[in-house]
Order: sequence, then C-alpha cells, then structure tokens
Amino acid sequence: MIPLAAVLAVPLAAALLLALIADYRLSARINIAASLLAFAGSLSFLFHRPAPGALFLIDDLNVVFIVLNTFVGFTTSLFSAGYIGHELESGKLTAGYLRFYHAMFQVMLFGMNLALVAANIGLMWVAVELATLSTVMMVGIYRTHAAIEAAWKYFILGSVGIALALFGTILVYLAAHPVIGSGAAGMLWTVLLAHAKDFDPALLDTAFVFLLLGYGTKVGLVPMHAWLPDAHAEGPTPISAVLSGLLLNVALYALLRFKILLAACPGAIAPGPLMIALGLVSTLLAALMLYRRRDIKRLFAYSSIEQMGIIVFAFGMAGPLGNLAGLLQMTMHSLTKSAIFFSVGHVAQVKGTQRIAEMGGLTESHPLLGWTLVAGVVAIAGLPPFGIFTSEFLIVSSSFSHAPLLAALLVLGLLVAFGALLLRLGGLAFGPVRGAVGPVRASSAPIFAHLALVLLAGLWLPPPLVAWFRHAASLLG
Amino acid sequence: MGLGFDIAHMLAGLMVLASFLLLYQDRLPALINVLRLHGFILALAVAWQAYIQSAPHLYIAAVIALAVKALVIPGALDRIVDRLGIHREVETVGGIGPTMLAGMALVALSLRVMLPITAHADPVSRQDIALALSVVLIGLLIMVTRRNAVGQVAGFLSLENGIDLAAAGARGMPLVVELSVAFSVLIAFIVIGIFLFRIRERFDTVDLAALESFRGERQ
Repeated sequence: MIPLAAVLAVPLAAALLLALIADYRLSARINIAASLLAFAGSLSFLFHRPAPGALFLIDDLNVVFIVLNTFVGFTTSLFSAGYIGHELESGKLTAGYLRFYHAMFQVMLFGMNLALVAANIGLMWVAVELATLSTVMMVGIYRTHAAIEAAWKYFILGSVGIALALFGTILVYLAAHPVIGSGAAGMLWTVLLAHAKDFDPALLDTAFVFLLLGYGTKVGLVPMHAWLPDAHAEGPTPISAVLSGLLLNVALYALLRFKILLAACPGAIAPGPLMIALGLVSTLLAALMLYRRRDIKRLFAYSSIEQMGIIVFAFGMAGPLGNLAGLLQMTMHSLTKSAIFFSVGHVAQVKGTQRIAEMGGLTESHPLLGWTLVAGVVAIAGLPPFGIFTSEFLIVSSSFSHAPLLAALLVLGLLVAFGALLLRLGGLAFGPVRGAVGPVRASSAPIFAHLALVLLAGLWLPPPLVAWFRHAASLLG
Repeated sequence: MGLGFDIAHMLAGLMVLASFLLLYQDRLPALINVLRLHGFILALAVAWQAYIQSAPHLYIAAVIALAVKALVIPGALDRIVDRLGIHREVETVGGIGPTMLAGMALVALSLRVMLPITAHADPVSRQDIALALSVVLIGLLIMVTRRNAVGQVAGFLSLENGIDLAAAGARGMPLVVELSVAFSVLIAFIVIGIFLFRIRERFDTVDLAALESFRGERQ
C-alpha cells in the first residue's frame, strides 16, 4: 500500500500543504520533493504490485503510463522551479498566484495518477475531470486576454468532451448490467473484461463512439483539437509540457482500456478502423497546419496533435508490433516534447516573446540552449539516432505489410511535418541572431535527462525494457 | 409496466420539454429560471427512479440534484448576472424556428439510435436513456447557438442534467458515481464563476464575440 500512497496521497497532501505556504522558493522545493516521492513510489510498482482492489488496479499496461507520468511530473517540477522565479521577476505572476500554481500542480498530478491507477471506470472519469479542471485554472493563470480566451475555450470543449465520455461510461455500465447485475462490480475493469464476451454488442458500439469522441477530445484528435494549441500557447510553459507530455496520454490510456473491452466482445465493431481514420486525419491536418505557425509554443502544440495522431494510428493498427510501436512512440513523444517545451520556455523568457519571427540564431547566441532545441526538434521530426525514429520506423514497417495505402498516407504526413519543423528550426537555431540575448539562468538538467533517454532508446533498447513493453502491448490485443 | 413507468417517462419527457424552453430564451434571468425548472424536474425524476427501482440511495442523489442543480447553481448564476449587471442583456439566439427544428431532429435522432440498441436492456432504463440523450444533445445545441458566456454555461449545465438522468435510469449504478459527478459539477461551476468574472474584467462584456477577436495567432 505504501507505493500507492506515494503516488496518490503524497500529491494530495502536498497540494494542501502548498496552498498554505507563501514563500515560493520553499514551495518549489516541496513541489520537487513530492513529485520525486511519487516517482519513487511508481518505480516500486515495477517490482511489487498491490493486489487489484475495488478502487485501484495496477497491471502491466498502466505501469508503463504511471512510471512515465510520475517521471515527467518530477522533471517538470524541476524545470518549473527555475521558470517561475523568472515569471515573478518579470511581474507576470505574483507570489499569491505562485502559491495557487504550486497547489494546482500537485492537484493535477494527483488527478492524472488517480486516472491511471483507477480500477473503476467511474472513478477514472472523475479523475480525468479533476485533471482537466486543474489544468484549465493553470492555463488561465496569466489573466491576459489571450489566456482567458484559451482557458474558456479549453473549459468548454474539454467539459463537453468529458461529459460525452461520461455518457459513454454509463452506456458501458448499461451494456454490462444484464450480465453482471447491479452495483459497483459492473464498473470494475477486471469484472467487465471477464464478462465482455456476453455484453450487448450494439450498446457497446454506441458507448465506444461516445468514449472515442469524449476522451478523443482530450487526446487532441482532429476535429476536436481546437482547444489544444491555445491552451498550450497561453499558459505557463511547465503546464504546456505537462499537457503535451502527460494529460494527452492519460486520455489515450482511458481510450485504450475501452478498446480492450470492445476487442473482448465478439459481436462489437472493431475499434481499429475508427482509430486509424482519426489518427490519420489528425496527422495529416496537423502536419499541414505546422507551416502557418508564427508562435513557437503553438508550433509545438500542433506537432503534439500530429504525434498523437501517429500514436492513435499505431494503436488502431494493433497487433503485437503495432501496439508495441504505439507504446514506444507515446513514451518517446512524452519525453521529447516535454524537453522541447522546457527549452522553448527558456527561449521565450530570454527573448520576452513567443513569436518565431523575433527569435533567431540561437545556436550562436545561446549555444547550449540552441543545440538542445536542435536535438529536440531533430528527435521529434523522426530523424535517427533518436528513439522516435525507431518507433516511427516500427509503425510504418508494421502497417505496410497489411495496409500499404494507409501506411503511405502516414508517411506523407510524417514527411510534411518533417519539412515544416526543419524549416522553422532553420530560422530559429541558425542564421542571424534576432531578439534579446540575455543569459539563461535556469538549469538545463531536465532537458538533458529527457534527451539522453530518447537518444539511448534510439541507439539501444535494453532487452528487459523491450520484454516489458512487449508484454504490455500483448494486453492491448 | 404500468403507472410507475409512465410517470418516469413523463418526467424524463418534461426534461426534454424544459430543454426546448431553454433553447429559445433570449433574456438571461428567464434562462436561469428555466434552468432552475430543469433542475427541479431532474430531482423529481431521480426521486421517482428511487421509488420504482426501490433504490434508497437514489433518494440521496435526488436531494443532491435538488440542492445543487435546482437551488445552489441557479441561485449563484442569478447573483453573478446581478453582480455583472447583465440582466438586461438580450442575446441573439439565431432563428428560433430553425433552432427548434434542429432540436426536434436531435430528439428524433436519439430515439432512433437508442431505442433499437437497448432492446435487451432494462425496460425502465431504455426510454430514460433515449430521452437523456435528447437532453444531452439539446444541451450541446444550446451551447452552439449562444453568443453569451452565461448562455453557454446554461447549455453545459442542462447537458450535465441529462447525464444525471441517464445515470439515475441505469439500474443499480453505485451512488459513489453520482456523488462524485455532482461534486465535479460543483467544482466546474466554481471554475466557471471565476472565469466569468475574469472575462468581464478583461473584456468588459461576457459576449464571446469579444473573445474571438483575440483568437489564434496575432501578427
């Protein structure tokens, strides 16, 4: 029970504590310590897992998500400690808001962890809602016109998505009711999965449509993606990193769980084609939209939509290889994208703007920052030797064998996005120096940690890790 | 079958009717009053479900619905409208005729979709779910047709009421779920309240057209 407490009770207790502490330096440290504890707790799940109960369930699938979630949560708290000091100096945030910010950070981590370990589909829904509402508050924290507009849009679209997901959840319960009977048992993953073969397929199909639209909104799939770029661009950068790196994954995890349920019911529709279609559309449209971006955080927000499209495509293709590639791509994307947002946060603070036109020649003016940004963008564009190359190669090669046309479309999306990213990178990192050239005082350790992991995964995947991912992928059917 | 079912269906039907009323209200205080009515009918419908399902825990859900959806939230909305001084604002809802037609089409759609697929489900749940889906879809339509932030919020809250109706109709749904849903709606509402004041503070209006001028990427 102790690791579970570290993952759930620590963030909750830290949130309460942080709400009381006025000194932002102290609260940044407490924030880091709490996130580290949660990460340590999640690591212990690798060796020992609590037995599945009525509320919590840890299995081979969600362990991948939990470890990733708490790790990126921890590194983001490190990055955030350096970032917020600058925001306070530049007067964008006041001490009171920082107190709120730190408390909300932990509430958000609590919500995401709870969604990942929940054994009950109702509890999972509540946790996703909690994580959504806390991020809405964070996106609007600067109280500028644009931030309020972004937060309102995120709130309205996110809430509608979440509400549709709840309707889908009720329909799943209704489909299970004739088989399992009344009570909380009808909402437990383990029980649902064991009886899924006897569920009413038509009801389950309809439920999945609602769940796909609902949780798909939170994954950022086109055409429900409208909230995502605004929310990424107008909130504090640590939140952009957490949104892209973690919250999208949490919604994806919920979707995957229901996909497993559908796959276990013989009469139900195959969820694969629906996911492939949404994934492909997201990849292609987001890749095209990358060309028109003038704001650096929006640029990478659209790249997140593109990446989530690729991941959903991979899970839609399914099969042992498709699922393995999807999991790998998701992990690599979380690590790379949050590293990119960390660098972007430093860049935007130095330049005092997010407009791409007002920044340039970063490798010359800030060699360390510039080159880490180059490495991050090269990685996210899918070039070797980084891990995303490996996973994208796996996705394309595994889908070419049974759906060459779809694979070709995906490759087209990848190439279009690749072109856009490198085009923008050219101006950002090389060429004449533009914009302010003040020093960067924050630590780059979290960026290095993430990029090193992505590089390592591209060069050599440790066999135990592969075995672990392969097993998790086999659960996805 | 019999009277118990008929009353359950009547109450669910009344909720759909109240949703239609919401659809064309163009003054905010009237909109909030209809929302209050919506909440009352929901509480009645949930209480009736508690009676016919002999599920005592649903009475608690009904009391919560009455307190949160019929009293606290509409009351708070009233005060917000008062404090923002926007109770005289009239908003354009779009043509009433086309909107009502679209609403009717949504009801037809949800009956057409839900009734066949729930053929094997519990007969009480069956029609309740179909009507609840109508309320959800009309709630979405309200949100789409409104230009005013308070109007959108009303649409969102009626959508949540529809989901509550569906949850009450699903026999044996654990109370924990309803409790936590009510709780999250309350939290969501607090977030809404905060943002309504912020929007007002920044934009001097809660007309969302003002927000849109800031949309996307500024040059």
